Amino acid sequence: MHIAFERVRLAREGFTLQADVSVEPGTSVAVIGPSGAGKSTLLSLVAGFDRPDAGRILIGGQDMARVRPADRPVTLLFQDNNLFPHLTVFQNVALGRAPNLRLDQADRAACSSVLARVDLAGHANKRPAELSGGQQSRAALARALLRAKPVLLLDEPFAALGPALRRDMLDLVAEIRAERDMTLMMVTHDPEDARRIAGQVIFVQAGHVEPPRDTAAVFNSPTPGMAAYLGI
Amino acid sequence: MVGGAGRVTRLTATVGGLVLAAVLILLFAPIASLWGQIGAGPWFGPGDLAAVRFTLVQSLLSATISVALAVPFARALMRRSFAGRRLVIALLGAPFLLPVIVAILGLLAVWGRSGLFSQISLDLGGPRLSIYGLGGVVLAHVFFNLPLVTRLLVQGWQAIPPERFRLAAQLGMGPRAVFQLIEWPMLRAVLPGAFLLVFLLCLTSFAVALALGGGPRATTVEVAIYQTLRFEFDLSHAARLALVQLGLGAAVVLLALGIARPTSFGRGLGRLPQRWDAPRRAGPDAAVVLLSVGFLVLPLGFVIVRGTQGLWAGPEVGLWRAAGISVALAGTSALVTALAALAIAGLVAGLPRGRGMLVEAAGLVMLATSPFVIGTGVFVILRPYVDPFAWALVVTGVINAAMSLPFGLRILVPALAAARANYGRLADSLGMTGWGRFRHATLPLIRGPLGFATGLAAALSMGDLGVITLFAPPDVATLPLYMYRLMGAYRMDQAAGAALVLLGLSLALFWVFGLLGGRHAHRV
Repeated sequence: MHIAFERVRLAREGFTLQADVSVEPGTSVAVIGPSGAGKSTLLSLVAGFDRPDAGRILIGGQDMARVRPADRPVTLLFQDNNLFPHLTVFQNVALGRAPNLRLDQADRAACSSVLARVDLAGHANKRPAELSGGQQSRAALARALLRAKPVLLLDEPFAALGPALRRDMLDLVAEIRAERDMTLMMVTHDPEDARRIAGQVIFVQAGHVEPPRDTAAVFNSPTPGMAAYLGI
Repeated sequence: MVGGAGRVTRLTATVGGLVLAAVLILLFAPIASLWGQIGAGPWFGPGDLAAVRFTLVQSLLSATISVALAVPFARALMRRSFAGRRLVIALLGAPFLLPVIVAILGLLAVWGRSGLFSQISLDLGGPRLSIYGLGGVVLAHVFFNLPLVTRLLVQGWQAIPPERFRLAAQLGMGPRAVFQLIEWPMLRAVLPGAFLLVFLLCLTSFAVALALGGGPRATTVEVAIYQTLRFEFDLSHAARLALVQLGLGAAVVLLALGIARPTSFGRGLGRLPQRWDAPRRAGPDAAVVLLSVGFLVLPLGFVIVRGTQGLWAGPEVGLWRAAGISVALAGTSALVTALAALAIAGLVAGLPRGRGMLVEAAGLVMLATSPFVIGTGVFVILRPYVDPFAWALVVTGVINAAMSLPFGLRILVPALAAARANYGRLADSLGMTGWGRFRHATLPLIRGPLGFATGLAAALSMGDLGVITLFAPPDVATLPLYMYRLMGAYRMDQAAGAALVLLGLSLALFWVFGLLGGRHAHRV
């Protein structure tokens, strides 16, 4: 689904985010840049947790100004707290189908099937605390699968995982994205992550959002600000 | 980027707003009715100025002595490691749950005319001790507030960064230098607030002054209100006194805001900082701890021993009825507190900033407008329409619930704000709303604090001996009032039995509600 930031401005303590860019349907875009540059805020605008002071955000051609977070065609995986600690894995996933947890037979079957898809079939009745970090991430991904929203946003949900596990998770994301033809935007600090699954890169620095460029091109001929950030 | 507190839904805003309005009406309607009642007479009767003076003098003495004793006590606790240290620190929180009248009975057993120290004094050829009057009122207030101030100071000591003590050790600073350079600056920041808090608590502490004061030279303003209402039936005089009491409380609160904000109650863990500066001779610190603990524990020991004997001899007529009334009253009042606190906290926790300040302000207003003043006002309002004495339990329950509200807010607002900050966006993005959201995404995250707040409210209401004294007809009594009447008839053994039951029930209510909240914290 097409995502467009039309002359978006958002004033924050420390910086003003300015974005006038768009993301093509079905692409994977890595959002990189220094800490505090506005990467998370950019995703937050798409998900509807922040509202622009000026400009519009369009998803699939539709203005999002009056659309609640839950009604946007978007799933955002947060850095942490993606799972409620007091609910079972199954319930956590099922929230993606029925926010009040009233489930019928079809809902249950759908939950079981996405849990199986991320290899958590045997863990349905555990609480998040009983899962490893990687399993928790997969549970959150299972819910994203179940919600089947066309836009998937990752705000560094795998940051706490080790390198090997993080690569596995990114590969799983890439598979799921391809299966469902989702549009993906992911914040990352690591150029390696971008190379691994993102076709394009958006560079954000001090609130300024550069338009997406092909990943290979970015790393071969970075803009000056980007070269400074990457140290090349 | 950390999520904001999130928007408050219309339902939350409506319910919270309505409950808040009800509380404000409950608070201010009685005060307004008091104004309407003062009549034309002179403001101060002959004994009234003496009552004002006594109120201020006993508050000043109680606060000064509590603070002066708490400093060495807390210092000893925070620089010596000894067996039972954590237990001592945990016990410092106990007086908060201890019914005032139970403690008074214990203090009488230790310090009273036929108490432990009187006996020792007589055996040594000295005089009998008597704690009725100023001495007793101050003694009881120190008993309650020494642990409170000590806890606040322990938290202050804990807040000192451990690096400072390491630096002091590296530089070879002795105990004096550490006190001057590290501990005194902390004390200077904490003590004024602690002093004012104790002063306010003593200003509005009715039960102690009722049981241990009395007589023309030892009557507080609140006791004067009680006597005027119950024995002289002079409504306009009582209204004037209530407004004087209100003025005193308000003046202290304003003073407090000007000088220092009263320190809030907190829950500290009492972790011992690693220290190198304690003098090698531990004797003085040990003496301070032993004397303080003895002062606090001895009266309770007497209550438990005497109470067991009293119950063994057979419970007094009416004991179980009073206990039943008290449990029902405390349980209901605690549930009202919990629901009201939840409604208001939902509103306050949604504010982007200023949450802490609002909660503090609510606490201060409640402290300043003593329950007794509100009770007097309610009495004035009800009298033309109904027999206030028939409504004793309802009025007591409602006022108790209102008085526990600041504690409930202090516990629930941070819990709700944290639940929203951590999981609010997730719930928003999943479209969780209404009852389903409350049940699945809010309640489980605040169950612990909610149980704690409810238990606290139940224990406070259970032990309260205040408003009920204004209203209760002779044949109705809550357990504290029942106990007070036994003490008034000098039936101390029966009173001790009732005290033991009261103490047990207060702790049991606190424990049961805490248990319902679930002790286990959920962690990802």
